[in-house]
Amino acid sequence: MYEKDGEKYFVVDGHTHFWDASPENWVEGQEEYAKGWIECFHAYQGLGPQDTHWPIDRFQKYSEELMMHDLFEAGHVDVAIFQPTNLRQWYRNGFNTTEADGALAEKHPGKFLVNTYFDPREGDAGMKAFEERVKRYHCKGVKLYTAEWLGDSRGWSLKDPEASRYLEKCEELGVRNVHVHKGPTIWPLDKDAFDVSDVDYVATNFQGLNFIVEHVGLPRIEDFCFMATQERNVYAGLAVVVGGLMHARPKFFAKVMGELMFWLGEDKLIFGADYAIWEPKWQVEGFVDWTMPADDDLSDFPPLTVAQKKKILGLNAARLYDIEVPEELKLEAPKVVEPVGVPNP
Amino acid sequence: MTALEEVRACHAAVWQALGTVRDPELDEPLTSLGFVARCAVEDGRASVDLRLPTYFCAPNFAFLMVADAYDAVSAVPGVATTEVRLVDHFAAEAINRGVAARAGFAASFEGEATGELEELRATFVRKAVLAGTDRVVRALLASGVDRARLADLTLGEVPATADRERLRDRRRELGLPCGDGDPLLVDPETGQPVPAGELARHLGFARLTRASQEANSGVCRDMLRVRYPHIGEQEGAR
Repeated sequence: MYEKDGEKYFVVDGHTHFWDASPENWVEGQEEYAKGWIECFHAYQGLGPQDTHWPIDRFQKYSEELMMHDLFEAGHVDVAIFQPTNLRQWYRNGFNTTEADGALAEKHPGKFLVNTYFDPREGDAGMKAFEERVKRYHCKGVKLYTAEWLGDSRGWSLKDPEASRYLEKCEELGVRNVHVHKGPTIWPLDKDAFDVSDVDYVATNFQGLNFIVEHVGLPRIEDFCFMATQERNVYAGLAVVVGGLMHARPKFFAKVMGELMFWLGEDKLIFGADYAIWEPKWQVEGFVDWTMPADDDLSDFPPLTVAQKKKILGLNAARLYDIEVPEELKLEAPKVVEPVGVPNP
Repeated sequence: MTALEEVRACHAAVWQALGTVRDPELDEPLTSLGFVARCAVEDGRASVDLRLPTYFCAPNFAFLMVADAYDAVSAVPGVATTEVRLVDHFAAEAINRGVAARAGFAASFEGEATGELEELRATFVRKAVLAGTDRVVRALLASGVDRARLADLTLGEVPATADRERLRDRRRELGLPCGDGDPLLVDPETGQPVPAGELARHLGFARLTRASQEANSGVCRDMLRVRYPHIGEQEGAR
């Protein structure tokens, strides 16, 4: 919970990790990719305030104590949602697995929700293991990284028929929240890897599921917003928008927030700090303090209200994940607000 | 010209040629983005290193930039041989080998790609048209032009700014109408004028596309600076 100027904010961090990218965990022969991946993440941290930068060795592998401190003691977070990224091709025990997240969650009841993953390339055995993970860790969500390498494969699409089998299984098991993260490679490589049209396809076909597009589709915000005006079950994950832009590029941050409020509206935006890339503390505090600057370029966008910030920082995610919110932190009579953006264009 | 002047002129011409090569996604020249890490010319041999904001930047865009840079530099008078190398990138080897062999994208990534990159390029030029439309329209509105008149304006009626010419160039690349008598607002897919009833939606997407492109460009510039902390000193260094 974060309190400022007499207002109390229930904070759900919708995007967190407990990873191990230390050299001991690199797969032999794949070191350059394992190293390249974590160094790329580390560079993203450089977009946050200087005094929150970590040395690379701590960033490669951090302790449970540090994570608990950064999220719950210093970071104002009430509940955090783990989003796994396996990358077993490059990391021997995986980069950030459901199992590692689940073990931590079980030690700290009530603090974490554990999401898992599926990969349609894993066949029937994968389906069975998926169901076991969901039951074992009480998963209400999955995080899908479509650009993950597997053998010679450079990724998969939500349009693949096997992906639909998994999404049917999600419906059956009550895994309602599907977080989709796009990466730079996908087969075939001549197409745009960040294209979100496959999310559009499954969002239409699976109306009972919520699709949360991580990083708001960055770098394809325009395609993402266009899709979101047509699909009522599409949400924006704000990881990277807040962490990568709010401090480093405040004007672009304002533009992007303005556009997201315009096209999606206050009920569809989900805060995520993307720990350990960025710590939640400065993001939560900065977002509560943030106002739309007075600038001609931003004159189309109204300022954010306290109630809107409360929704974005926690209440929206609490709604999607059935997280119990203390009475004093709820909004009085919250209404669902339609965005201004053109519906069904 | 003295021999030294000739070397300098050739170097300047190569740098200028690199300035015509754009990041297809960000719609900005490699030289102003800081993507040229090294540029040397000696005895007619041009040698250029390119760098990108991350190790995992999308290989298709990276290939386009390396191939375009190769073409631009090779065409400079006085350049007999050209070498363009992408550095610090997961697919650098495949890209550098493919471009040097003039092999095309599909052959350079055998089994991983089904075709060449022209469709991808055109998609992003269409985005550039939309983003460029917002730049021109914002300036018009700021100067007091009535929003309702925008659909009636022609390119020639818009003040002759760099933004207007950039918009015209992108439209020309796509084969869209780009003469002074052609409408300021056209559909970037079809080239048809935007009807008055579609104006709000068209301008909304133009604004959004520009916001996306600029936010993306901001992240890329910042990532490059984090990755190469001494870039400020190097940028513009010839």
